[in-house]
Amino acid sequence: MSPEAAVSPSPDTGGGHGPATATAVDWRRLDRRTVLVSALVTAGVAAGAAVPTTLGLSGRFGFGAAVAWVLAGAALLIGSAAVGDHVRWRRTRYRIGAERVELHTGLLLVKKRSLARERIRSVDLTAHLLQRALGLVTVRIGTGEHSGNDSTLELDPVTVAEGERLRRELLERTATGTPGIHREGELVALDPRWIRYAPVSFVAPALGGAAAGAVMQVSDWFGAQGRVIEWVGERFRDTSLTAMIVILAVAAVAAGVVGALGLWVEMWWNYRLEREPGGTLRIRRGLLTSRSVSIEERRLRGVDLVEPLGIRTFGAARVDAITTGLAKDDEEQHGDHNTLLPAAPRPVADAVAADVLRETVSPTGAPLTGHPLAARGRRLRRAYWAVLVPVAVLALLGALLTPVLLWTALGCAVVGLPAGVFLARDAYRGLGHTVSGDYLVVRSGTVRRSTAALERAGVIGWTVGQTYFQRRAGVLSVTATTAAGAGAYTAYDTDASEGLAFAAEAVPGLLEPFLERVPPAG
Amino acid sequence: MTTGEGTVRLRPPNNTLDPRAVGWWRAQWLLLTAAPVVVLAVLGALIEPARFWLLLPAAILAVLGIGCAVLLPAWWFRTHRWEVTDEAVYVRTGVFRQEWRIAPMSRIQTVDTVRGPLEQLYRLATVTVTTASAKGAVRIEGLDHETAAGLAERLTRITQDTPGDAT
Repeated sequence: MSPEAAVSPSPDTGGGHGPATATAVDWRRLDRRTVLVSALVTAGVAAGAAVPTTLGLSGRFGFGAAVAWVLAGAALLIGSAAVGDHVRWRRTRYRIGAERVELHTGLLLVKKRSLARERIRSVDLTAHLLQRALGLVTVRIGTGEHSGNDSTLELDPVTVAEGERLRRELLERTATGTPGIHREGELVALDPRWIRYAPVSFVAPALGGAAAGAVMQVSDWFGAQGRVIEWVGERFRDTSLTAMIVILAVAAVAAGVVGALGLWVEMWWNYRLEREPGGTLRIRRGLLTSRSVSIEERRLRGVDLVEPLGIRTFGAARVDAITTGLAKDDEEQHGDHNTLLPAAPRPVADAVAADVLRETVSPTGAPLTGHPLAARGRRLRRAYWAVLVPVAVLALLGALLTPVLLWTALGCAVVGLPAGVFLARDAYRGLGHTVSGDYLVVRSGTVRRSTAALERAGVIGWTVGQTYFQRRAGVLSVTATTAAGAGAYTAYDTDASEGLAFAAEAVPGLLEPFLERVPPAG
Repeated sequence: MTTGEGTVRLRPPNNTLDPRAVGWWRAQWLLLTAAPVVVLAVLGALIEPARFWLLLPAAILAVLGIGCAVLLPAWWFRTHRWEVTDEAVYVRTGVFRQEWRIAPMSRIQTVDTVRGPLEQLYRLATVTVTTASAKGAVRIEGLDHETAAGLAERLTRITQDTPGDAT
């Protein structure tokens, strides 16, 4: 990029044309081509909106006039987007000082924000297709504080070279004495065969439903929703209702599978996990939109091996980082931000977890202490309640109103009970906890089984909970609170005494003063 | 529950809350009950055709609320306990679901003292101790307000003396 030389440090004094001062040299601007990107993006949106608008208007004004109106509107839209972005570009500047990173922005409401460099925990780069074509990249600088938007500075966009420079400069610290076995460079790269886990994730059915919804929505825009339904109805005139439902469901699932595959390719293509000198983990991925996420190892408190039901049946697992200070704003709410490894075969996941934690053997693979049988009883009872209460309500209504509901109740019971029992037993089998080296490991869940290995030094408190029913069953739930990740990791329904012993062993000295021996008479 | 050799359990924290907390909880229950009961009773007095169906729930709610106000606070008073050692803050709360919370001194980030209007009336205060975990806050409700101020000061002093960013 070409940093404009004459920029006054305070943007509210004169729009960037003041005389150069001593500090002016440090101030940099975003890349000017952001105007071009905005104009092109708006043009794309305008083109998308133009087709239905033209069709709509041509009915009233005739085709020629409609095209003229739409073109004029599009030009206005693109023009104002470009001007707006130009103004934003003119009013935005940033500076990497010795102590602080500063960003000034805004036209009417001038925002001056600064982050202390020592608080910076992450520098993430993203570039969508257009930005990549122009060699641009969006930089997000985060402190990882949980307090709202003020913790992230966004530079949108700068050149790729500048982005890389910022990332290196801001994350470069005096290399910490690196204990334990570790290697630098590439830890793992994408194996294209992992794509086989994409269709079994929960994304597929969701996308299938979304596709069906989208067809309805788009046809509604053109006022053709009725016709679409009619057309579908006609296709199936000769088949029964059941066959039609089955065929439509299969079509939706097929669309979902295709969508899931596409999404996987877009998200994980070129995936690479690297360890950089100075103790930073870097994840790079993305086919069209490229993303680079850096995680400071000093902030890493453990890993979470996540096995959703679908991919678990195929022996695969995903690895998430448990870290303090990953950006938590809207953009990252989608959840994939702290994923270290996409769904991959379990041995690969364990190996990556070990590598990331600088251990020889991953604590997530350690043998776990099981939980008492009472925990299984509790899960089974919960499953019975969850199935039988709706069934009872349906049956009652059926008895009062119509026999159809009775049959529905029967159907729910026949399908729900085995499923509930299966899930309850699976959930019980999943329960476990142990202390493995420097980590405490807790595992729970059936639909989303999570094996969290949390650094023992990262535990900043305990919460022990026991309901009346748990008290009768002689179990309790032990929760380790931490500054990282979800904030709390729980071993559910451990044996009342053994769970406390586990907590006391995991963090010596914290729990012991509050424990007492139960007199044998009990 | 098996009680053999080496079986451990959490001992109750040393201190009870201020006895005035019982009165404070009662007042809360009564206010909570009074709001819907008064509304129902007034409506019942004004709308004659539905009088029975408005006064009946009002009576039921009143009985339930007063029952809770009489029985629960005394029970809570027995189960809610707290303790502060040099190493940690230790609190036990809850009746149906008992909860023991432990926050080590070295990880405490902020110490807040809050006194709501009703608490002020009863000269009580709530001390909230937060750690860097979003889920690790420890609350001690119903302390004598002078005890609470002293406790907050002591906790603040200890945490200031502890180095590190408590994560």
